[in-house]
Amino acid sequence: MTTAHAEAADANLPHEPEKATLEGRNKVLAFWLFLGGEAVLFGTLFATFLALRNQTNEGPSANELFHLPLVAAATFLLLASSLTSVFAIQAMHRNHPAQLRNWLVVTVVLGALFLGLEIYEFSEYVRHEEFGMTTSAFSSAFYTLVGFHGAHVAFGFVWIAVLIGQLSRKGLTVVTAPKIYVSAMYWHFIDVVWVFIFTVVYLLGKVG
Amino acid sequence: MDWITTVDHKKIAVLYLWAGGFFFGIGGLEAILIRIQLIKPMNTFLDAQTFNELITMHGTTMIFLGVMPIIFALMNAVIPLQIGARDVAFPFLNALGFWTFLFGGLLLNLSWIMGGAPDAGWTAYTPLSSADYSATHGVDFYTIGLQIAGLGTLIGGINFLATIITMRAPGMSFMRMPMFAWATFITSAIILFAFPAITVGLVLLTFDRILGANFFDVAGGGNPVLWQHIFWIFGHPEVYILILPAFGIISEVIPTFSRKRLFGYSSMVFATILIAFLGFMVWAHHMFTTGLGPVANALFSVSTMLIAVPTGIKIFNWLFTMWGGQVRFTSANLFAVGFIPTFTMGGVTGVMLASAPADFQFHDTYFVVAHFHYVIVGGLVLGLFSGLHYWWPKMFGRMLSETLGKWTFWTFIIGFHMTFFVQHFLGLMGMQRRVFTYLPNQDFDLLNLISTIGAGLMGVGMIIFLLNVFLTSRKPADAGNDPWEDGRTLEWTIPSPPPEYNFKQTPLVRGLDAFWKEKTAGHKAMTPSEPVGSIHMPSATPLPFVMSVGIFIAGLGFMFSRDEFGSAVMSFLFNNYIVTALGLLITFGSMLLRSLYDDHGWHIEPEELEGS
Repeated sequence: MTTAHAEAADANLPHEPEKATLEGRNKVLAFWLFLGGEAVLFGTLFATFLALRNQTNEGPSANELFHLPLVAAATFLLLASSLTSVFAIQAMHRNHPAQLRNWLVVTVVLGALFLGLEIYEFSEYVRHEEFGMTTSAFSSAFYTLVGFHGAHVAFGFVWIAVLIGQLSRKGLTVVTAPKIYVSAMYWHFIDVVWVFIFTVVYLLGKVG
Repeated sequence: MDWITTVDHKKIAVLYLWAGGFFFGIGGLEAILIRIQLIKPMNTFLDAQTFNELITMHGTTMIFLGVMPIIFALMNAVIPLQIGARDVAFPFLNALGFWTFLFGGLLLNLSWIMGGAPDAGWTAYTPLSSADYSATHGVDFYTIGLQIAGLGTLIGGINFLATIITMRAPGMSFMRMPMFAWATFITSAIILFAFPAITVGLVLLTFDRILGANFFDVAGGGNPVLWQHIFWIFGHPEVYILILPAFGIISEVIPTFSRKRLFGYSSMVFATILIAFLGFMVWAHHMFTTGLGPVANALFSVSTMLIAVPTGIKIFNWLFTMWGGQVRFTSANLFAVGFIPTFTMGGVTGVMLASAPADFQFHDTYFVVAHFHYVIVGGLVLGLFSGLHYWWPKMFGRMLSETLGKWTFWTFIIGFHMTFFVQHFLGLMGMQRRVFTYLPNQDFDLLNLISTIGAGLMGVGMIIFLLNVFLTSRKPADAGNDPWEDGRTLEWTIPSPPPEYNFKQTPLVRGLDAFWKEKTAGHKAMTPSEPVGSIHMPSATPLPFVMSVGIFIAGLGFMFSRDEFGSAVMSFLFNNYIVTALGLLITFGSMLLRSLYDDHGWHIEPEELEGS
């Protein structure tokens, strides 16, 4: 399909294109299962963090370190990107490939801004607070948990960016729709994980 | 080349079998070396360091690279056939799972020739596995090799779950599914929820060792008990990842050779689910002596003993299946019947160990070694032997020799009991595990000698089995669809070995033991649920192989990133993470290629189908 063609809606696309083929249904199901595994992965990381969050080894503590306005801004960006990915899926279900692509672009831009804030936050800690991976058990647990989430965001960013390219080349079909749907599921998942990080790491670090 | 690019589940099964068999052989040789060292007191055959490396690699290799891949081989060979599917849900991922396992395993075993194998025990307890106490790269090979291999297992688990949920033939409800398919389903669910925990554990340990993090380093505020929790919250469910497939195999073999349906099918299903559920609740019974306190010990003690209930249900159901049946003692069935008492003995010592106060006495003695070898060798390995003898004709179209099969059984099982039965008494008398020698005149000498002779006999059994495989491979492939004549499930309705597309027409399932039901109704074949038509097949691709090579390179690069090399070029490449980046580039580049070019697969048209 040409790019120009891809902009126009395909009249033959079924209502829920992500579930129209067995392969699509398999993808969605397997991705739910995969997210179950991811939940265990982050659960273990959270358990590790909770066990070690007060072991500061005479390095900076959470209360000294965190600046909530910065984290709140990052949270706002990421939550907003979850909303825009919902708009993207709604556009897909209405069979509007152009709208779908635009909302996906907004989603990845918000994700990139979030990542930028996180990189800024980490570099501030390392440069000005002398808070690195090796400082304390708390620092190791902090960078591993939050860094794992950040790596997930980065992966999601690249993934959705590739899908945007694919959408422009191939249009919205029963092959591309499940991929987009699944990437949106992934994006919501890392958003949910961030809500827990915001609560358990940052809020609890400030007041707990 | 065909083997590198294949995405056919039956060929991947064969790959898993050869690779798993290869690693099983390495693990077996390691075991023999351990037993030679322990044949007499104050033996100097091995030094302490080599002994530590051998016991670490024996446990790790056997569990992750030996038996699990052989389980996956049988699952891949049988599951799509048993549920009447043409393939697994994700053929590409299936190949990827195999190749990541293989390259993870190769990475782990490279440690033998690259400066020292892991030496901290298969549990890699901190601080023994920390950079302070384990200074070679051994434990890095362990953490990164297992990480890569574990990725393959997780992929395989998700694939089987999706396959079983969505691709069962029409009429095959969950409660009409063969027990091996059930066991695979539940095992895959355990893999899905247990493996991410060890993924995190291995990452934390890698970070501690390579990046200088403080998770388990007390001086930096870390906590070694945390490792034990993370390891065992994976490690205990892992026991059930190993044993439930064996239960599944036994539940297929015994009804077939008793000419009776499995007694208490639904109770078997629910017992399997219950075992899986309880398996996640009991991890701390490995930690009774860690000092968690009496309340935790009591709770984990009780929850552990509860597992005996569903397991007992299974044992009695197998006995009741044979009761009044026309039992045929083929070698497959000999292994299955031999499994029942040996596994039960392992279960009984398990209940003994589950009693926390008694465990303080048994802990870290040969009693524990005897217990888990009764479960894993007397349970799982006998189960795998049974499954291999049972499904060999389906996989390869050739019947294994029954005579040699019986020789395998008797040498192996006698050798097994000689090796491990006496170890119970060695343990009760106070012989410690994990030490490379012992003093004379403590009454350990004779029993250790018997144990080593037994291990040799098990080795003889293995050699007879390999001989059987070799001789069988030279015979013509002439096994029929249903070579045991009493096949009950769908895999016996199609030729041996099955054609690439498995079922020319997807069968219609009309009851539990679908094929048996048709046979008793006087039909010779299944009723098809669809007309003969064009069959869609996935294309072969080298990408899974290339992706795994990339991960392998990245792993090596990361492992040596802090080393100093003789040559400046090497130091530059490794210390700047260039090798790591290159490996990841290969992997992610392959992923990108995969996403850019749609694989439309190909079709087999009705005219090309055999016999049409």
